[in-house]
Amino acid sequence: MAEIHSTPLKKTYFWNDEKTRGILYQIFTAAAVAFIGYYLIANVQENMARQSIATGFDFLNKEAAFEIGETPIKYSAADSYGRALFVGILNTLKVSLVGMILTTMLGTFIGVCTLSKNWLVAKIGTMYVELFQNIPVLLQLFFFYALFYEAFPGPRQALTPVSGVFLSNRGIDFAVPAPHFAWKFVGVAFVLACAIAFAVRYWARKRQEQTGQQFPIVATAAGLLLGLPLLSWIVCGAPTAMDMPSLQGFNIKGGYNVSPEFSALLVGLVLYTAAFVAQIVRAGIQSISHGQTEAAMSIGLKAKHVMSLVIFPQALRVIVPPLTSQLLNLTKNSSLAVAIGYPDFVQVAGTTINQTGQAVEGVALMMMVYLTLSLLTSAFMNWYNKKIAIIER
Amino acid sequence: MSTHSEVETIKPPLTNIGALGWVKNNLFNGYLNSAATILIFIALLKVVPQFIQWAFIDSVWFTSGKECHEAAGACWSVVTQNIRFNIFGYYPYEEQWRPLLAMVILIFMLVYSRDWKKWSKKLGYLWLAALFTMGTLMKGGLFGLVAVESTKWSGLPLTLLLSFFGILASYPLGVVLALGRQSSLPVIKAFCVVYIELIRGVPLITLLFMSSVMFPLFLPEGVTIDKVLRAQMAIILFTAAYIAEVVRGGLQALNKGQYEAAESLGLNYWQKMRLIILPQALKIVIPPSVGILISAFKDTSLVVIIALYDILNTTKSILNVPEWTGFSTEAYLFVAAIYYFCCFSMSKYSRNIEKELEYKAQTKK
Repeated sequence: MAEIHSTPLKKTYFWNDEKTRGILYQIFTAAAVAFIGYYLIANVQENMARQSIATGFDFLNKEAAFEIGETPIKYSAADSYGRALFVGILNTLKVSLVGMILTTMLGTFIGVCTLSKNWLVAKIGTMYVELFQNIPVLLQLFFFYALFYEAFPGPRQALTPVSGVFLSNRGIDFAVPAPHFAWKFVGVAFVLACAIAFAVRYWARKRQEQTGQQFPIVATAAGLLLGLPLLSWIVCGAPTAMDMPSLQGFNIKGGYNVSPEFSALLVGLVLYTAAFVAQIVRAGIQSISHGQTEAAMSIGLKAKHVMSLVIFPQALRVIVPPLTSQLLNLTKNSSLAVAIGYPDFVQVAGTTINQTGQAVEGVALMMMVYLTLSLLTSAFMNWYNKKIAIIER
Repeated sequence: MSTHSEVETIKPPLTNIGALGWVKNNLFNGYLNSAATILIFIALLKVVPQFIQWAFIDSVWFTSGKECHEAAGACWSVVTQNIRFNIFGYYPYEEQWRPLLAMVILIFMLVYSRDWKKWSKKLGYLWLAALFTMGTLMKGGLFGLVAVESTKWSGLPLTLLLSFFGILASYPLGVVLALGRQSSLPVIKAFCVVYIELIRGVPLITLLFMSSVMFPLFLPEGVTIDKVLRAQMAIILFTAAYIAEVVRGGLQALNKGQYEAAESLGLNYWQKMRLIILPQALKIVIPPSVGILISAFKDTSLVVIIALYDILNTTKSILNVPEWTGFSTEAYLFVAAIYYFCCFSMSKYSRNIEKELEYKAQTKK
C-alpha cells in the first residue's frame, strides 16, 4: 500500500485561527471585567468596613427621621426609609405621568402649528422649538422656580384670577368639592362609563366591519362619560359644598394646593420636552406624501376625515418610536427635581444616602427604579406601536 | 365682432400679488387663520411693548443692587457688576486672563476646524498643541504661571471644559461600544448591550451621584480622584452610550456589500473597520451625533447638583448674595443666552453639514 503524500497544509498556529481567536478575546474580556468588578467590590467592602458603614438593605426598615414636603400617601418622619422612598417614587410618577400627558398634547399642538399655512403661527411655533430646545432644562427649572417666588405675591396678597383660585408664592390653591360620599359614586360611575364606552366602541367596530353600518360612537361615548357620573351625582343628593381655600394666619388653608416646586418642575419639563415632541410630530406629518392627502380627498373624504383616517394613522407610525424616547427623557429629567427641592425619588434617596452613608445601595436603588420605569414605559409604547403598525396581509 | 387681434394682458388682482397678496395668502387665508392672526397680533401688542419697556427703557445697567431695587424695569446690573465672577467663578482674580485666553484659543480652534474636509493629521497636531497650551493656562505650574487647583476652576471655563472633553472622549468610546454591539462574539456583544441599555435607562444625575458619593468607595485607601475629573468621567460614560446608539445606526445603514467587499479584499477586522466601514458610517451620523453633543453640552449644567461651580451655579450663587436676590430673571436670561448661542451654532453647523451631504448624495446619482 502506497502512502499518499499530500503536501501538508502549512501549519496554522491556533492563535491565528479566527474562531479560536474569537474565543480567546471573549475569555480575555470576561476575565478583565470580572477582575475589575472583583477589585472594585473588594475595595468597597474594605472601605465600608473601615468607615463602619452598614451593608445590605436593612436600612429600609429603619426610621427615616426626616419630613417630606409633599406626600401623596400618609407619611411622617417616624415612618421607615422604605416608605419614604416609596413616597419619592409616587412623587416621581405623579410629575412624570402628568408631564407626559401635557407634553404630548402641547408638543402635538406646536408641531401642527409649525406646519400651519398661517405664516405667523408657523413662525412662532418654530421659534418656540428653537428657543426651548437650546436651553438646558435645569436652567429652565431654576428660571420658573425663581419666577414663582419673585413674580407671585405672598399668600396675604394672593392673586385670585378666578374666584376659588389663589396664586401665591406658596403655590396654586384651588377649591375642590368638599368630601361627600357622593363623589365616590361619581368616580365609580366614571370608570364604569369608560368601560361601557370601550365595549360599545368594540362592538361598533365589529359591526361596521361586517355590515358597513356606522354608529355615532363619539356622541355616545361623550354622553356616557358625562351622563353616568352626573346621574349618580344627582341620585346621591347633588352635593354642591366646596372646600374653599382661604387665608388663615400667614398661609392659605383648605382646598387643594399645588406646590411651587411641583408647578415649576412640571412647567419646565413640559415646555422643554414639548419642543422635541413638536419636531417629531412635524417630521411625522411631513413624512406622509402629499399623494395620500390627494387620494383621500379624491375618494370623497371630508377634510377632518382625511386627517383622522388617512394622514394621522400613518404619521403615528413614524412618530411613536421617537416619541417614546422623548417621554422616557421626561421621566429621567424629572430627577432634576432634586435641584429645586421637589421631593422626588432622587431627592429622597439622596437624603437617605446622606443619613445612612450607604451610597452603594442608594445609588443602586435609584438606578433600579429608573430602569424599571424606562422598561415599563418602553414596553407600553412598544405594545402600542405594534398595535398601530401596518398589518401586512 | 372679434377682438383677438388685441390681447389685453389682464393683471392679477391687486390682492393676490406683492405685499398685500403675501399678507392675504399667509396671514388671512380662511376664517380660522384670520382669527388666529388677529389674536396673535393682539397678544403681541400687549406683550412686546411691555417687555421692551421692562428690558430696555426702564432698565438699569451699571448700578448697585440698591438702586436696582428702586428701578421699575430690568436690573441688568446683576449681570454687568458680577460678570467676572459669573464667567470665571472662583478662579483667582488676577489670573483670570488665563482661562479667558484658553477659551479664546478653544473657540478659534473650533471655528478654524469647522470644515470637516480640511481635517487632517496636521490639524490633529495643531489640536494637541492647543490642548496642551489650554491645559497649561488653566492648571499653571509651568513657565512661571501660578498653579491653580482644579477645585478653583469654575464658571464658563468649567462648562466648556466638561463639555469639550466629555464630547472628545465619549466619541471614541461610543464607537468602540457600537462596534462591540455589532460584534459576532457573544460575550463582547452582551457586555456592550448591557452597558448601553443600562446607561440609557438611567438619568445622568444617578451617574453624577455615583461619581460624587459612591465612587470614592471604589478606590483603595488613600487614593482620591479630583471631583471635577470624577464628574467628567460620569459625563463621558453617559454620553458614550448615546453616541454608541447613533453610530450603530450608521453601521447598520451601510450597504452590506461594503462589508463583503472589504472582506473579499482580505482585510482583517480592524483594517476593514478603519479603512472601509467607519469612514463611511461616521460621515452618515454626523448630524445625529451633533444632536447628542448638543445635549451633552446642555447636560453639563447638571453638575450643579453635585456642587460644582459651572456657569449656572456661579449665577445661582450671585443670586444668593442679598444685594442681588430678586433679579434671577435677568441673570438667568443672560446665562440662557450663552447656552442658546452655543447650542444654536452647533445645530446650525450640523444642518449645514447635513445639507452638504445631501447635496453630495444627489449629485453622485
